[in-house]
Formats: sequence, C-alpha cells, structure tokens
Amino acid sequence: MVTVALFWLFAVGALVSGFLVFRLNSMARVTFALLASFVFVAAEVVLLGLAYLGVVIVLMMVMEMVIMAVFMVMYMMNPAGLMPMAMEHNKTGAAAISVGTFVVLAVGIVLVDWPQRAGMPPPDPTVALGEALMGPHMLTMMTLGVALFATIVATVVLATHRGRYDRWGDDLRVVRADEPVCGGIGR
Amino acid sequence: MAEAPVWSVLVLPVLLGVGAVAALVFDAALAARAAGRPVSASAALSAPLRAVVRLLITQRRTTAAADAVLWRTGVVLVPVLAVLAGSVLPLGGVAVSDLAVGVVWFNAMEILSWAAVWMVGWGPNAALSLVGGYRFVAQGLAYELPHMFALITAATGAGTLRVGGIVEAQSGLWFVVWMPVAFVVYLLSAMAMAFWGPFDAPLGHDLAGGAAGESSGVDRLVFLGGRWLLLVVAVAMAVPLFLGGGGGPWLPGWVWTVLKTAAVLGVVVWLGRRFPTVRMERFAEFAWVVLVPLTVLQALVVALVVLVR
Repeated sequence: MVTVALFWLFAVGALVSGFLVFRLNSMARVTFALLASFVFVAAEVVLLGLAYLGVVIVLMMVMEMVIMAVFMVMYMMNPAGLMPMAMEHNKTGAAAISVGTFVVLAVGIVLVDWPQRAGMPPPDPTVALGEALMGPHMLTMMTLGVALFATIVATVVLATHRGRYDRWGDDLRVVRADEPVCGGIGR
Repeated sequence: MAEAPVWSVLVLPVLLGVGAVAALVFDAALAARAAGRPVSASAALSAPLRAVVRLLITQRRTTAAADAVLWRTGVVLVPVLAVLAGSVLPLGGVAVSDLAVGVVWFNAMEILSWAAVWMVGWGPNAALSLVGGYRFVAQGLAYELPHMFALITAATGAGTLRVGGIVEAQSGLWFVVWMPVAFVVYLLSAMAMAFWGPFDAPLGHDLAGGAAGESSGVDRLVFLGGRWLLLVVAVAMAVPLFLGGGGGPWLPGWVWTVLKTAAVLGVVVWLGRRFPTVRMERFAEFAWVVLVPLTVLQALVVALVVLVR
C-alpha cells in the first residue's frame, strides 16, 4: 500500500518536474527541474528493489546536472546568464517529442503482455546485477574502464592548447616550465 | 549491525547538532587563541549561542531579481543532506539505517552539496556569490575522485558496501593501519566537502564571503549551520570506515564511537585553523597529479591483498 502510494508520488513528481523543463524561463531552474525529475526516477528504481542503481543514479545525476548548469550558464548569451531567459531552440518540437515518447512508452507498458514472474528476487540484487552485466568478464570490464579513463586523459593532453613543448621549450630542457599561471606542482 | 528503531530518525539531527556545537566551541577557543585574546571557557561555550541569536535577529538582506526558489532550496538542502548522509553512521552497534549500499548512499547525499552550494551562490543574483558557487564546483571536481577512491578502498577491503560490514571487517585490524593513504585523503576531501579549513575558498574573504556573502539572518544560520553538520558527518564517517567504528577495549561501543569522532573532529578543526586557504587551481592540480595516483595505488594494494587473502 505504502509502496503503491510512493510509486505514484514519485511518478507524478518525475512527470511534473520533467515537464517544467519546458515551462521555466531560467537556465538554472530548468537544470534543477531536470535533476529533480531524475531523482524521482531514481526513487522509483529504489522502489523496484535495486537500491544500488537508484542511489548511483542520484550520485551521477547530481554531479552531471551541476556541471551542466555551470557550462550552460557560462556559454549563454546573457552575461553570466543572470537575466531570465527561455529555451528558444525548438521548444515546441522538443516538448512534442518528449510528450509523444512518454505517451508511446506508457501505452506500450499497458498493452504489452508481460511474462509471469519466474522465481524470487535474489538476496543481493547488487551482486546479481553485477553478475548479469559482467558475468565472468568482470576483469575485462575493469581493464576496459581504466583504458577508457586513460583515453580521456590522453585526449585532453593531445587537445590541450599548451603542450609540453610550450611549457618546457623546444628541447624540453628548460629548468622552469613557462606557465601562464604561477604556483602548483613543481613550479 | 542492528538498525535503530524509527524514533532514532528524530534523535540523529540532535546528536549531529551536539557534535556541531562541540566543534564550534572548540573552534571559538582556537579563534580566541589565534587572535591573542584570553581563552575563556565561558566565552567559547557561549560563542555558538551568541552567533545563533545574532543571526536570528538580523534582518534578511534582499537583492534585486534574486532567484528565491533556488536560493532557499540550496540553503535548506545543506543541513538536510548532512542529516540524510548521517543516517548510515553507526553509533556503536546501531545506525538509523544500515543500508546494503550505505557507502554509495553516503556519497550520493554528500554530492547533493554541490547542487546546494551552487544554488546558494546563484540565487541572490550577485557576481561574488556566484563566483563562490563556481569555486565550490571546481573544487568538487578536484576532490571527488580521490574521495570516491578512498571510499572504494575501504569498501574493497571489507568486501561490502554496507557500513556495518565495513566496521565488522575491522575487528582484527583497523583499516587505517593498512590503508593510511586512503584515510588521509578521505579526511582531506571530507574537509573540502564541507568547504572548511584550507578548502573554504568558496566562502572566501576575497569574495566578500563568496557563496554565503548575500545570505543573512535565518538563511545564513541554516546554511552555515548545515555546513557544520556536514563537517561533523563527513568527519564522523572516517570512524566506521577506517578507525574500527565502535571497536575498543573496556568501554561500550557507542562511547568509543563518540571518543574517536571527537578526536578526529578536533584534529580536523585544528588543522582547518592552522592552514591558509588554498587556491582552486593549485588544489586542482595537486588533486589530479598527486592525490588521484596515490589513491589509485592505495586501492590497487588493497585489491591485491584482498585477492591473495
């Protein structure tokens, strides 16, 4: 009973805050409305018994949305984005696509002939999820994760404006690196 | 580990508040000593009360075109997230909630402070407070990775994300003994999480108070009080993660938890007074070049030990 009530509470919350993304007129409010929507969805995932996934969604989405807010405000036309603004880029189209997708998915959930549950949920869903996703390839995935991380770092190093030749001179033998900002490690 | 009855939900904020007041009193004594004033017990003890009364009777400052919704949300969120994060803290053998994913929950609730402080900086529609909010996010990007690696190291050592399980795994040997790097990095990032000590640049004097600069009256009380709660919670988590939780001879578990928490909190408050504020770009570089590799190495060592064992 409580679970059903919570389900509807979170579901309505997720929908309303998701729709607010199209209604609010400030970038910051839009960002946090979207974040609220994600947090409500995370609460639904927790209700499904997948505590780990739900909490990780909160963890990742808060970081992501705050970083998004920072960058969106930085790149906005208004100075620092402190003026009220609206999302001008294809607002009606985006709203139509979002509402349409929601309706299709919701109708699909009702119409699909779901299979009966076989067996019981595992004692530790987190472990079961890890096993189901990775199976015996956990080590491969961990290596892949580190490789991805290394790729990100390498890409940043390659893409950075000031490379080591700018910093350490043509033959990399300068005693002190030429840095635009003083201080830090080894400077 | 047992879960406390439901009414403990009401006790938790009180306990955390007592911890915060104790930290404030100690901080006031340190401030008096640093200023060359005589350190008197009565002045230090009454310092939190005086601060609270002063803020309660201060008139609220208003700014033009403020985003009141986000501003107030951010202010209220800080103490709320601190208490939510504290719900997995074990006191002796009991916690308000011993979640199976306690460590992840703790970190997720801490991360809410990113949103909160940024909103507090954004809300008043003022340049300096906005810079303060930006500083907190920039600092967060630098410390969060080492912080996560430190948390993961303790969880790996115990083989569980349950805080109670991590405490039980330390019945023989405290984790601080064989993961000292993770412990130190955890404490550093806990200070940064509560933007305290050398990491208080988001509230810096050079920004006229930064993120909290435009907050006054009750807002300021809730925001800065929440920050003390956050400091207490973040520091108190070091005890179950690395210092054996309530483990210790003779005394009952909860006494040991309180003693250890008080000791670590005292050290952190003292350190915060000892060191000047670090600049964002310096800390970011230090975090990426020194802290991240160190914590990855520490996690690797712990993972190897767990594999071999």
